[in-house]
Amino acid sequence: MRNAFIEELVQAAFVNEKIALVVGDLGYGVVEPFASQFPKRFFNSGVAEQNMMGFSAGLASEGFHVFVYSIANFPTFRCAEQIRNDVDYHQLPVTVVAVGGGVAYGNLGYSHHAVQDYALMRAMPNMLIASPGDPMEVRACMRYLIKNPQPSYLRLGKAGEKNLHPEVPELTPGKWLKLGSGNVQKTFLTTGAPLALAKSWLEDNINYSDFAIHSLPLWGMKWKSMQIEQIREWEEILTLEDHLLDGGFGSWLLESSISQSNLLQRLRLKYLDPSVCGSVGKQEVLNAMGGLAP
Amino acid sequence: MVHRARASHIASALSIVDILAVLYGRVMNISPSLIKSETRDRFILSKGHACVALYSTLAEMNIIAKTELETYGEDFSWLMNHVSHKVPGVEFSTGALGHGLPFGVGKSLAAKASNEIWRVFVLLSDGEMDEGSNWEGFMFAAHHRLDNLTAILDYNKLQSLDTISNTLGLEPLRAKLESFGWHVKEVDGHNHDELFEALTSKSADKPLFIIAHTLKGKGVSFMENKVEWHYKNPNDEQLALALAELGEENA
Repeated sequence: MRNAFIEELVQAAFVNEKIALVVGDLGYGVVEPFASQFPKRFFNSGVAEQNMMGFSAGLASEGFHVFVYSIANFPTFRCAEQIRNDVDYHQLPVTVVAVGGGVAYGNLGYSHHAVQDYALMRAMPNMLIASPGDPMEVRACMRYLIKNPQPSYLRLGKAGEKNLHPEVPELTPGKWLKLGSGNVQKTFLTTGAPLALAKSWLEDNINYSDFAIHSLPLWGMKWKSMQIEQIREWEEILTLEDHLLDGGFGSWLLESSISQSNLLQRLRLKYLDPSVCGSVGKQEVLNAMGGLAP
Repeated sequence: MVHRARASHIASALSIVDILAVLYGRVMNISPSLIKSETRDRFILSKGHACVALYSTLAEMNIIAKTELETYGEDFSWLMNHVSHKVPGVEFSTGALGHGLPFGVGKSLAAKASNEIWRVFVLLSDGEMDEGSNWEGFMFAAHHRLDNLTAILDYNKLQSLDTISNTLGLEPLRAKLESFGWHVKEVDGHNHDELFEALTSKSADKPLFIIAHTLKGKGVSFMENKVEWHYKNPNDEQLALALAELGEENA
C-alpha cells in the first residue's frame, strides 16, 4: 500500500504544483521519489508532530494540498488538537497519512498499534476517512482525495499487500464498493486491510460461502446518513475492521441505523478485542487473537 | 464589549492594543480592500482570548463595522470570545494556546515556496511560551531561515494564576531565543516608535522575534499588573472609571 501511495502522489505532483509532502522524520525507503523530484515541496518536520501538523495547516491555508506522512499514532494522537482545530475546523486540505493501520506493526508493540485512530478521526465533523483495503483502493482513494482536497485521513497498511480488485475502482464517499458478484442476501462490509480476510474466509470457509463482499474505503461523519438505504438491501451484514469496537467502523454503522431496530438486527460486528492492547505478535496472529477469525 | 458580554480577558486585550495599533496602522500591508488579496501581510493572534483587541482594531480599520462589536458575547454572535476566522480580516481561529506560531510557520513556508514577499506576524502571549509546540516551531523556522516571519511576544509577566516567574520561568528568554537561531529585539510594547522600528527592521536570513515588554491591563490603573483581571469582569462603576481613565489618557 505504501508504494501505491507514493506512486500516486508523485504522479499527481507532476501535474499539480500545489501538492506538498511533509514527513515526521519517517518514510525511509518510501518518500525519496517525491523528495528528490520536488525538493521545494518536501519538508521533514523532524520529530515534532505538533509543529508538523500546525505548519501543514498553514501551508494548506495558502493553497497547498498537504500530505502529512508518519507512522501509526504519531500523526494523529500526538497532534490531535492541531488536527481538530487547525485542520478540521478551518476545513483545510490536509491529508494525514498513517502507515501501520491496525496491528500491521504487531511486533513493535502498543505504541505502534493504530487501533483507536478511527475513534479519534471520525469524531471530527469535516473529516473524510480513507481506509483502503488493497493497493488498488489506495490508488482510488488517492485519486479521489487529489480531485477533492479536504480534511482527510488516509490509513495505510504496510507494504506487500496483494491486489484484490482487478482494477482501480471508482469511489464515492459513503458508498459501498462491491468486490466480485453473486446473487446472495448476506455480505461482508470491510474497511481497511481486513478486506483480504473477508476474501479468504469466503473462499475457504463454508460458513461464508453465501456472502458477498463490500468494502467502504471512504467514510466519516458526513456520510453516515447514506448508510440506512444500503443496509436495507441486505438480510445480514458482517463488518470487519482492525480497530477496537469503541468508536470504530462497525459502531459507526450501528449509529447510522440507531432509529431503525429492524435494521440494527441485521448487523453483526467483528473487531479487535482490547486484549490486543499491549500484546505483541505478527499482524495475523494479533488479528486472530483479537477476534478477527472466522 | 467585555462588560456587556460579562466576559473575561480584558487585561490581556489591553496589553496588546498598542502592538496592534502599530501593526495595523503603520506596518502591515492591509486594508479593507486587501483582506482577500494574495499580497496582503498576514496577522495571527495566537493568544485568541485577547480577541476584543483585534475585533476593535479591525473595526477601527473599517474591515468590520463598529456596530458589530456590540454583538460580542451574544448567542450566535460571529464575534466569538476566542478569535474566529469567520470574522473578515481574521486569518486563523485560536483559543487553544501554542497553535498560532506553527500555523504562521506554514504560511511563511508557503510564501517562500511561491517566491512571494508578503510577511507573517504572529502575536504570542508569555504564558503560551510554556507550550512545547512553540519551541518546535522556533527550531523549524530558524532551520528554514524564515526571515518573512515575525513573532511578537506580549511579555506582561503575568499568566492565568500567578506571575510567569512563579509559574514556569522563561528567563533568560532573549538568550534562549537567540540560541534557537532567531534575531531578537526588545522594546517597550507601549511605545509606538520603538515598536515600529523593531517591526520594520531587517533580520537577514533569520526569523525575527520581538520581545515587547507590556503591562497587563495597560491604561486602567486598577487593572494594571493585577492577576485577577485575567478573568474578572468590570461592573458598572469599574467600567465608568476605566473609560474615564482611558479617555483622559487619550486626550
